[in-house]
Formats: sequence, C-alpha cells, structure tokens
Amino acid sequence: MATTLYDKIWQAHHVDAKDVEDANNAKKTSETGEEGLIYIDRHLIHEVTTPQAFAGLDEKNRKVRCPQRTFATMDHSISTRSLALDACGPTNKLQLQTLADNCEKHGIELFPVGHQKQGIVHVMGPELGLIQPGMTVVCGDSHTATHGAFCGDSHTATHGAFGALAFGIGTSQVEHVFATQTLKQSKAKSMKVQVNGNLPIGITAKDIILAIIGKIGHAGATGHVIEYCGEAISALSMEERMTVCNMSIEAGAKAGLIAPDNTTFDYLEGREYAPKGESWTQAMAYWANLASDKDAVFDTVIELNAADITPQVTWGTNPGQVIGVNQPVPAPRDFSDPIDKDSANKALKYMDLIAGQKLSELSVNNVFIGSCTNGRIEDMRAAAAIAKQGKVAPGVTAIVVPGSVSVKQQAEAEQLDKIFIEAGFEWRLPGCSMCLGMNDDILKQGDRCASTSNRNFEGRQGRGARTHLVSPAMAAAAALAGHFADVRDYQ
Amino acid sequence: MTTTGINIHTGTAMPLNQANVDTDQIIPKQFLTAVTRSGYGKHLFHDWRYLDQHEQVPNPDFVLNKAQHQGASVLLTRENFGCGSSREHAPWSLDDYGFKVVIGTSFADIFYDNCINNQLLPVQLASETMDQLFAVVANDPAAQITVSLQDQTVNVDDLSFTFEIAEQHKTNLIKGLDTIGQTLELDDKITVFENNLPEWQRA
Repeated sequence: MATTLYDKIWQAHHVDAKDVEDANNAKKTSETGEEGLIYIDRHLIHEVTTPQAFAGLDEKNRKVRCPQRTFATMDHSISTRSLALDACGPTNKLQLQTLADNCEKHGIELFPVGHQKQGIVHVMGPELGLIQPGMTVVCGDSHTATHGAFCGDSHTATHGAFGALAFGIGTSQVEHVFATQTLKQSKAKSMKVQVNGNLPIGITAKDIILAIIGKIGHAGATGHVIEYCGEAISALSMEERMTVCNMSIEAGAKAGLIAPDNTTFDYLEGREYAPKGESWTQAMAYWANLASDKDAVFDTVIELNAADITPQVTWGTNPGQVIGVNQPVPAPRDFSDPIDKDSANKALKYMDLIAGQKLSELSVNNVFIGSCTNGRIEDMRAAAAIAKQGKVAPGVTAIVVPGSVSVKQQAEAEQLDKIFIEAGFEWRLPGCSMCLGMNDDILKQGDRCASTSNRNFEGRQGRGARTHLVSPAMAAAAALAGHFADVRDYQ
Repeated sequence: MTTTGINIHTGTAMPLNQANVDTDQIIPKQFLTAVTRSGYGKHLFHDWRYLDQHEQVPNPDFVLNKAQHQGASVLLTRENFGCGSSREHAPWSLDDYGFKVVIGTSFADIFYDNCINNQLLPVQLASETMDQLFAVVANDPAAQITVSLQDQTVNVDDLSFTFEIAEQHKTNLIKGLDTIGQTLELDDKITVFENNLPEWQRA
C-alpha cells in the first residue's frame, strides 16, 4: 500500500523484525499508536540537557553504546563576547566543563567553544554533513526538527529539511539513546502542509513557517509529523528549508520533514561527514527513493498559497499569534474560541499592545539576529542587504550572532561583519544567545525586541521583556527604522 | 531510570486555569544551568509566582501563593500544557514542588513523554470535564481528588471520570520499570539490526 516518507523512515528503523512484520500486516501502515523500538542514527548533544543523563549512566555503570554516532557542541550557556568558559559565571562554567568531562570519559567528539566546528547544534550538524536523508536524528532540544530527523531538543526538527526524521527528546530519553542507541516511540499522525505557487519578492522561509503556524495554531500539529511540500517549498534552498522545519515544534509537531531532492544532494556532496566515493553512489540510490508515494494518505492536509503570504510579525506570546506587517493588532473579540479570546487578552496585556494598533507605530529598542532558526549564512546575507541601506536608529541595541564558527568566518570573508558594524549592529561570537538568554544576552523588563528566533513566550528573552518574531530582513529593517517596517519597501 | 511505581493518588488540587502554559513559564532558562535533577521546585512558575527575580516577594495574585491551595498535589490546567522546549527540568520542577498528577485538556508531546519518564502522571480529560473539576475546586479548595491509574479514573465528590493512557505508559508508571534496563535486554536484536545495515550507514 502507499506510504508516506515518515512511514518509510519509521519502518526502516524498527529494531525488532517482528514490529516490521506487524506494521506490514496492519491495514494502514500510518496507523497511529503503533509502538516501536526505533534505531537512532545520529545523536546530537549539548551542555544543557545532558549532565543528568550522563550521571544516570554512571550511577548504573552503563556506557554510551555508540559514541561514534554521537556529536557534542557547546552552544546554549556560552558567552557571545568571550571564549572563556567562565565568562557567564561559575554555574555556566560548571555545566560546560561537565559536558567536556563527560565527552572525554565516554569517547564522544566535542566541538567546544573556540573550536573550528563549534556552533549551535542545529547549525553545526547540517553544515558538517552529519545529517543525511532517511536518518533518525535526536537531540535534547526541541528544535531538532531542523534536521527533519528525530532529535532530543525541541528544535531538532530542523534536520527534517534533509528528509531525516528528527525530533527533540528529554534528558531521560537522551540517557536511553546513550545506553541503547534506540528509543521506544509511538507512531505519530501524519500531516501534509502544501505551499502552492511562487513566493512573492521579499517573502522568506521564516514568513512561510510563521504563516503556517498562524493558520493551524500553536498546538495545531500536536501528535503529528509534518511533511512540507509544494512548489514554494521545493524552490527553497537547504538553509531556507531548515528554517521551515526548525519551527515545526512551534506548531506542536513532533517532527517536520521535506523529501530530499537535488537541492539536498547538492548541499550534502563533499561535506566532511557525508558519504564519499562508492558510499556516496549507494547512498544516492537509497535517498532517491525517499519520498511519499503519490497516493499516500495523510491524516491531515493543509494548503496555503505562497502568493498570499506577507512579511510576518508575531504580536502575542505564542508563535501562532502572528499577523502580516500591515495588518492591525487583533482584538480579543476577533476570536470565536473562548480560550483563544482569553489568550489574546492576556497576550495584549503582557505585550502592552492595543487592539487595532499598527505595527509600524510600534517602537523597538532591541533587535536580535541569529538562532538555530535564522543564524545561517543566507540569513546573515539577507540581514546585511538591508543593514547597508542605513544606520541603526538611535536608542536601538542590535546584535548579530552567527550560528556557528563556520558561518562567522564565511560572513567575515564576504565582509558582512563590516556592513553590520558600520550600520551600528554588534557582531558577536556564535551561540544560542538571546534566543533564550542562558548567557548574559538578556533583555530588561519592558524591552521590546524584533527577533529572528523561534519563541515569543512571556519572559523568554528576559523577565518582563516583549519578543516579536520576524525574518532576518524584517529584523534588520526594524533596527534601521526603530519600529516595525515592511521590508518590501527596502528591496 | 529506575523509579518506584505509582498507582492511586489522592490529594487536593491547584487550579491553574490557563491554556498554553509553556516550558519557559514552568521553569525559566536561568535555572537550566544546574547539572542535577533536584532542587527546581522553588523556581516553578518563577515569573508568575514572584514579583522579583530573587524570589523574595511572592505574587499574591498567583494561584500557587493562595493559602487555600497550599499542599496541593494535583495540578489542574487547560490545553497544550508544557508546550515549547524539551527541557526535562519542567517535570522535575513540578515533581520537586510536590505535584504527583497533572490533569489537563491536552499536553505537548515531548512534555508528555518527559512526565511518563519521571513518574509524574499526565491525565487528559475533555474541556467540559475540566470545567467541572475547576468548578468543584472553586467551590471547595479542600476537595480531595483521587486518581486511579489502574482503573483510569478521576473521582472527586460524587463525580467520576475515566481517562485514556497508552498501555506501555501505564505499565511503566505502575511498575516503575527501568526502561533502559528493559531495552538493554534486547541488546542482541540491536546488534543484529546494526549488522544488517549497509556498509555506508555504519558508523
């Protein structure tokens, strides 16, 4: 029977042959609730969600089963001004040193601060070729979906961009993967999100994913794995696809993926950890078949027209509370669902907004460009293209934080750093930085920030601070204008 | 991890009548630099619970600070509880505070799994049922709520509701099984799987 890309990756990673047989016998292979012991091809780790997992192993005298499938980086708790581990205090230093000690003890390759390959876990992994189509990828971070693979960090879905099944996991699951290289998982539901047609000029991958979350809601994809498709998705570069997959978790999805194609293969070929020679040929033969069958059935199907998407700005305190830059801030009465109405009320209060207000009249005093969503070289270029058109407005603090050492060096080779600095932006060292402020890049009470990150939750960037999620170009435009501005006026 | 099992729990409720409570609200980032699993309870709901960042001034309007709800061990909430980050510090902080059960309309996927792995029982009930529970607690904050995992029931006063939970989760919660130990018993099968991988997929 016809299967989805998710079905194919799921079935290929069942450890127990009997499970596969059961799956094949099932009336509908995408049946949810099916349990399986799933083999994990790639495990990415960082300092925040691993110390307790390593301690758990030590308590039971267990070892890491496949250190060679595990790669570590330092990203969340590090300074963006100094390479010193203690730059953000002794507690951060202890956490970073604990990661270094644990990696040393268990034979795991670590890219520490100052290393050529260091970067945000979801930027570093793809750029080294560690994430490949059809893989299962996990990371103790919710944005693992970037990789379109299984990952233990809520942004692990980033890696879905490669047609990998990537999802975020908790620390107990990190420990389970350390010890067994597997995870017990229940099959999720499948959702197809199709974006038809061509993107208008000035509209980016960030606007696509924010528009999708706005349409289906902050919990609209809970219990689902999303497959993104359609002309507008196929036309995206790999970095743009990572931006889309990365925020799958912000719609509640377990993972987000995009079928691999020539864009994927061209990106991967020659990267350090990608297969080479005869292995590359064999891999390509396998990857070429990784797509949903034409008549595959999804539990849910969502369609958007690219032509309808405008530059997006979140107005509320979850990523589903988003509008086009020229739309007025909504009123609670605009929502029919009582819970949405209540959420809108609370959000307007926290964000200090008035229903009907124009975003172009809303002053910002901070701008953050970076994160696992928008910290890649194309993001730096998009922001620089706007930055060179003016100067950061008086009273605005704007920082640019590249996603990895590699991104930083490439940007400097292209002299993007000079453009930013001349325009009045600060050019920092790579890390997660102000996306969540586990270092000293935090906002003050009442600050308002145009941010290229992924979460606008209350207090996310600092207690009492207000976050508006936007694309890199929109963030740069807000920095120059001192308020939100339509980036299409800068093209 | 090895833990002791849970089956029946009786306690009073903390009514957190709000949807989309995210992990940044449950436990903010500044407390994630610790390398232990314990000690997070005092920081639970930090931004809402305290008027100052040093946790010296409790916010009298926040439900956790209400006298009538002290000692509660069952958290009542609404839809999409635990959305956001994969931080397991969220269930660690709820557990450390003293919650044994969280009852809500729906939960974010990663948070739900993290609860199961920490013997914190997530119970999902319909929105209308939650309305009834919130009403009972508003009327009588001392109402004793009994949650039976074995029977998959929630009882309070003369009300009784049933809930769904996956068999695997139920078994693990009741028996307090060492899930890693269980999987390690399948070590031979994992090795066979690895040996059957094509050469280019082997690490």
